[in-house]
Parts: sequence; structure tokens; C-alpha cells
Amino acid sequence: MNARRMTWFAGILSATASLLLLTAADALADEKPRSGGELIFPVPSEPPSYDAHREQTFGVIHPVAPHYNGLLRFDPTDPTGTKPVADLAESWTVSDDGLTYIFKLRKGVKFHDGAEMTSADVKASYDKIVFPPAGVVSDRKGQYTVVKAIEAPDANTVVFRLKWPAVSFLASLASPWNWIYRAEILAKDPHWYETHINGTGPFTFVEHVKGSHWVGKKNPNYWDKGKPYLDGYRALFIKSSAAQVAAVRGERAHIQFRGFTPADRDALKAALGDKITVAESPWDCLLMVAPNHQKKPFGDKRVRRALTLALDRYAGSKALSRIAIVKEVAGVQVPGTPYATPPAELEKLAGYGKDINAARAEAKKLLKEAGAEGLTFTLSNRGVPMPYEPVAVWLIDQWRQIGVTVKQEVVEAAAYYGVLKKGEFDIAMDFQCGYTVEPDLDLYKFTSRSKNPSNFGFYEDKVLDDLYEKQSRAKTVDERKKYVREFEKRLLDEEAHYMMTLQWHRIIPHSSKVHGWQVTPSHYLNNMLDTVWLSDGPSH
Amino acid sequence: MSTATDIASVDTVTAADRGRRWSAVVADFCRRRPLGAIGAGVVVLMIVVALTAPGIAPYDPLNIDFAAMLAPPDAAHWLGTDAYGRDVLSRIIYGSQTALIVGFGAAFIGATAGAVLGVGSAYFGGRTDLVVQRFMDIFISFPLIILALAMVAILGNTLPNLIIAITVPMIPRCSLVIRSSALSIREMPYVDAARAAGYGHARIILRHMLPNVMAPYLIMLTSFLGQAILLEASLSFLGLGVQEPTAAWGLMLRGAAVEFAETAPWMALFPGLAISLAVFAFNLFGDSLRDALDPKLRTG
Repeated sequence: MNARRMTWFAGILSATASLLLLTAADALADEKPRSGGELIFPVPSEPPSYDAHREQTFGVIHPVAPHYNGLLRFDPTDPTGTKPVADLAESWTVSDDGLTYIFKLRKGVKFHDGAEMTSADVKASYDKIVFPPAGVVSDRKGQYTVVKAIEAPDANTVVFRLKWPAVSFLASLASPWNWIYRAEILAKDPHWYETHINGTGPFTFVEHVKGSHWVGKKNPNYWDKGKPYLDGYRALFIKSSAAQVAAVRGERAHIQFRGFTPADRDALKAALGDKITVAESPWDCLLMVAPNHQKKPFGDKRVRRALTLALDRYAGSKALSRIAIVKEVAGVQVPGTPYATPPAELEKLAGYGKDINAARAEAKKLLKEAGAEGLTFTLSNRGVPMPYEPVAVWLIDQWRQIGVTVKQEVVEAAAYYGVLKKGEFDIAMDFQCGYTVEPDLDLYKFTSRSKNPSNFGFYEDKVLDDLYEKQSRAKTVDERKKYVREFEKRLLDEEAHYMMTLQWHRIIPHSSKVHGWQVTPSHYLNNMLDTVWLSDGPSH
Repeated sequence: MSTATDIASVDTVTAADRGRRWSAVVADFCRRRPLGAIGAGVVVLMIVVALTAPGIAPYDPLNIDFAAMLAPPDAAHWLGTDAYGRDVLSRIIYGSQTALIVGFGAAFIGATAGAVLGVGSAYFGGRTDLVVQRFMDIFISFPLIILALAMVAILGNTLPNLIIAITVPMIPRCSLVIRSSALSIREMPYVDAARAAGYGHARIILRHMLPNVMAPYLIMLTSFLGQAILLEASLSFLGLGVQEPTAAWGLMLRGAAVEFAETAPWMALFPGLAISLAVFAFNLFGDSLRDALDPKLRTG
């Protein structure tokens, strides 16, 4: 009897185990990348030129990045988009003093024209970025002031020599803008890449019809064997957000890599149900308020502090995230990333506490002390509706609750930076977007005006500058975190030089057929498309 | 004493007569032009609503209430709320102030400046007329909205600038119409008589010619009112008019109203209706006024 029971029990157990194994195998088979198909995606902007070294817009990255590789890239599976991994570099070593970085390159990598990629190409590309010749624009040259020299001792080795140790250097080499070009072409004409394509990337160039589309097809000689999975891709240049949503809704496009609004997300989900998968992430873009320290009474830190204390960021986040592409309450780093402020510490900063009534009472007291009761001013805002307009409406309402009257002046987007640069404003909306969350890149904006022309608060603060240097040259993560926290406290609390509103929130509703793509806090990342595949083959 | 009493009684009679005459005119207008009367009624209602907005609006139009975001019409919010939880009815009521300030401001300045230019151009004739009319031709060759857009882009989008931007395209249109009327008046004997009496140009234009082009002036003025309201709404819709959080009908149609058109249609529906009704009313009233004042169209 016992033996029979044992047999039954063993039978049921093995059947269950087999079923589980089969299900798991099915699931694994589902997740196995499938080759074929053309990925179609709208791009809301068009490339001003094809050269990412000189451009700033995602309009270049989204359609053109699949033709190129960098030396390093950010791990395409990492949701924080902060981990540098190898791309054309196979491995690297860093000297003990942190001043020398030696990269070994992959062998057998070919440009689309058939030429072999060597260290000369990497050196020439980085020379163009870091030490651009006269007449050549390098938009991110300032981020590489730490670089003393770039050397190519042999065909497969590149050496970067630094002036001082920089913990963020590897991240800066993983920049999605630093495409590797062919040295021979650059030597003949450093502007060639502004109008032509020749990279080592997973897709080769087919055509660009201005105002219409960009097409790439699978590179059969791609060095990463088995990739890419797609036969090709087609980027459609569509400026109107309604038309982009309509394209995804009508299943004429699979994905839009920049982001949609919450209303668009809800409408797509309601219309397409399971055919739509929504990927969301905090966005490495921050809307902030710059009080012009050169204008009275904004030179008085009591007034600035009162204005930040008036903001109920938590209630604002809850409500505005329903109607705008903003959500997270954050300090100077995207929540969830290595140097982000822990919530408990964030709450200690002015304007981040949970008791809004106490904060507003303190704000009114500060305004009274500063002789700025009944303050009236103009908020200059950028003429881009989303998310500038809803955030401005919220700010004006928040300030109204401490007796401050604010009029909004909207300046056309192209003219807006002129207003900011000239300081022709009382208080202005300012923003910063990055390709990765890295304190060196993110905090630089807040250093003194004399060091940094994009400081639109027009202030000088030596203490803040020193803290920036200290965090940048810190030897351990903990030491760096300590300085980042000190920097943040001085910037947002003690001096209230700037006021953070809410972190942008990236919403990517895409066709459920799209796999192998990870949303990150930056819309500049993960656009090489080498890991992307379509589960159902071509549907268009 | 008796003389003073007589004068007083004459004055009283005159005032009463005048009142009766106005009542008769209004009654006659209503009887002959019922559609115009309806238009006039809506215009009067709009003016009353705008003037009494703080007393009749159920909520502060700027007051954000996140707990009531995108609420459909109900007993608390008769016309629902917008994406910030602001009461749509209150914003429409206050929005009538913006519409009327811009509408009356732009229409009055545009029609008056156009009338003065038109009469002056007709009166002086010759080279003055030629130069003024060519300038008018240049301005009139631009579509109304394009010229207004260009003006806002140059001047910036404050309320006074918005009025100027809407006014400028209206001036040449009014000027052309008024000039054609003024050309015939210029030939009238009383104008020659005034000239012979040695009156200055300004006096002849202002005292003798302008009053005689009142009919086309009033017609242009009323038709401009509707156009100005529509232009203000269009510019605000395009983000070039008044700015948030000011309550304005065109502004209520943009942004979240478009985003949430499917789930919260009341956000766009009611301000859209307000714009349509106001423009329709001004146009009805203007058409009827033209019929009543233009002798060529008078039906008896």
C-alpha cells in the first residue's frame, strides 16, 4: 500500500515537473530573439547634419546611431543606463594613479565600405571630439578637458592620458554621441561625416529622404555575430505628436523612442490593449527654476528659499504625472541611480518636506523678513507646451498660495536661450537633459557663472565650485556620494540658487512585438537597435 | 420764473420724447430684425456676464484643485473641470472679460483708425490718397491671421500687444470701405461750404465728414468685434495670445483640452461653444445693423 502510494506520488511529481519544464522551455523559446522584420519608428525631429560629434538633438541619434559603434557603450540591458560596457573596445585597464586608460580593440571589425577598423580610427575620432581642428565643431569638447593626450601605440591599442584622475571618464567614453569614424576620411575632409555615413554599426545606410524617412538595412558583416536581428529599420520624420500616436495606434509604427504623454499612453492602451506594452522610466531631464540673482529681490536667499518652500512637490507629482511627462520628486540625480538622494535625506531639503503647511508658513515669514511680501514677478517660460506649460501653471498656483503674484511670459523656443543668456528675466524655466546620470555631467551646470555659461541663475559660489571639484576627484564611491550630498544641500537648501520642479518621466508605449529594447532614463541611449527583434516578423 | 418752468418742461418733454424715440427704434429693430435682436441680446448678456464675473462665477478661475481634475459636468461643476481641476464654467465667465477687452479694444481702435485714414485719404485725394491707399493695399494683401501672427511674433504676446496685433490688420479693411463712402461725401455742397468758410482740414474731416460715415463705421465695428474675438481665440489656441493661467476661451481649447479630447470632451466643447455663440451673435447683430443703416439695403 505504501509502495503504491509512493509510486502515485512519484508519478504526479514527475508529471508536474515535466509540465513545468515544458512551460519554461516554451517561455524561453518565446524570449529567444527572432530574426527578420523591419522596425518602423517615428522621429519627432530631423538630423541637422549626420555628424553626432557636432549635434545635440535626438533627431540625429534616433535614425543615425544604428550605423555606428562607440569605443564603449552603456549596457543596453541596464535600466539605469549608467554601466559602461565594451563596444569596439574589447577590454581596458586603468593605471593605479587613474591617469592612464589603455583600451584593447576588437579585431576584424570593418567599416561599411570594407576598410578595417584600427586604433587610428578611434584616435582620429576622439581627436576630432576632444581637440577639434579649426573650423570643426565639437559640441561636447568641454566634457573632455581632463584629457591630456590620445595615443595609438599599435593597431589594436588606444591610450588616453588624463590631466587628473576622473571617476566619470569611462562613462564619458560611453557617450552615445562619440561615434567612431574612419581616420582616412577625416584626414581628407573633417566635414565628410556631416553629409555621409560610413560606420561599423549593425545597419548600413540605404536612404534619407528629407522630411520623409530614413532607411537602414542589416549589416551582413557585423562584427557581433548573430546580430542584428532585424532585417532593417525605417525612421519616419513626423513632427506632430498626434500623427506619431496615430501611427502607433494604426500599427503603422512599432515604437517612438523619445516618449509620449500620459494621455497618449492611456489612449493607446485603451485602443490596442495587449498589442501595446508600456515601458516607463524616470527621465534624465529636469525642469528647474532659475531665479536671476542679478535682479532684486532674487539676490536675497530668503526670497529664493521662500519660493522653493512654497512648492508641494509630492502633491504636484501625483497630479501632474496624470497630464504631463513629469513625475519623480528628485534632487540633482535621477532616483534609482547610484548617486541619487535617498528619500529620507531628500525630505530634509527646503521644499521637500512632507508638511506643506509648515513649509508655506516659513515661506511667508521669510518673505516678510526680506521685505518682499506681496511679491510680483514674471516667470519666463519656453514656448514648448509639454511639459513646460503644465509645470508653469502649477508653479504659479503654488506661489499664489504664499501671496506671490506671477505672470507668465512665454518666449518662442528658438528665441528662449537668447533671453536666458542675456539674463533678460526675473525668474525663468530652465532645463537639463543628459545622456547618462553622472554627477560630473549633471552638476556642472550649477557651478559659478564665471566657470559655466549655462548657469542662468547668474551667481558665483566658490563653495559650490570646490564641492564640484571634490566630488569629481573623489577616490571612492562613498566619498563621492558625501560631496554630492553636500553640493546638493548648498545648491537647493542653504542657498536655493536653483529650484528643482519635477523630474521628467519617460513613457514609451510600443508594439508588443518589439523585444530586446530596454527603456532607460535617457532618450539618447539604446538606439543602436542591435539587440532589438520583432516577435511576429514583419507586419507592415 | 415762468420762463424757467417752461424751459424745464420743454427739457423734460424732450428727454421723454428722446426716451420714447429710442424705445420705438429698439422695438422697431426687434420687430423688423428678430435675428439681429437675438444677436444683440446675446452681446448684452455677454457684457453683463463679463462685468459681473466676480459675483456670478462659482469658483476662482485660477484656483487649482487636483482632487477634481478632469471631473465631468455635475452639480458641483456644471460644465466640468479642466486638467488642473479648475472650474470650466468659471473660466468661461472670466474668459468673456478677455474676449470683450480684446474684441472691443481691437475693433474700436481698428475701425476708428481705419475711418480716420479712409476719410482723410478721400478728403485730401491726389498724392496723399495714392500713397495711403497703396500702403493699405500692401497690408490688405496679407491674410488677417498671418498679419496678426507676424505682429505678435514681433511685439510679444502681452494683452496690449495682442490688441495691437489684431487691430493693425483691421485698419486697411475699414479704411477702404470708409474711403469709398467718404469720396461721395467730399463732393457734397456742405463740405465745399465749410471749406469756403475757411475751416481747417481737421475740423472738416472730424465735424463734417466723419459723422456722415457713421453707418459704414458702425457696420465695420460690429463685424470686427466678432473677427477680433475669433482672432484672439485663434492666437491663444496657437500659444501666441494671452498666457496661462489667464482665463481665455482660445487658451481653454489648447494643451490638455486636445490631449484629453476623447476622455474629457467638456474641456474643449464649452469654450468652443462660447466662442461660436459670441462670434455668431456679433455677426447677426452686425448684419442686421448693416441692413438697418444702409439705405441701399433698407427694405421698407
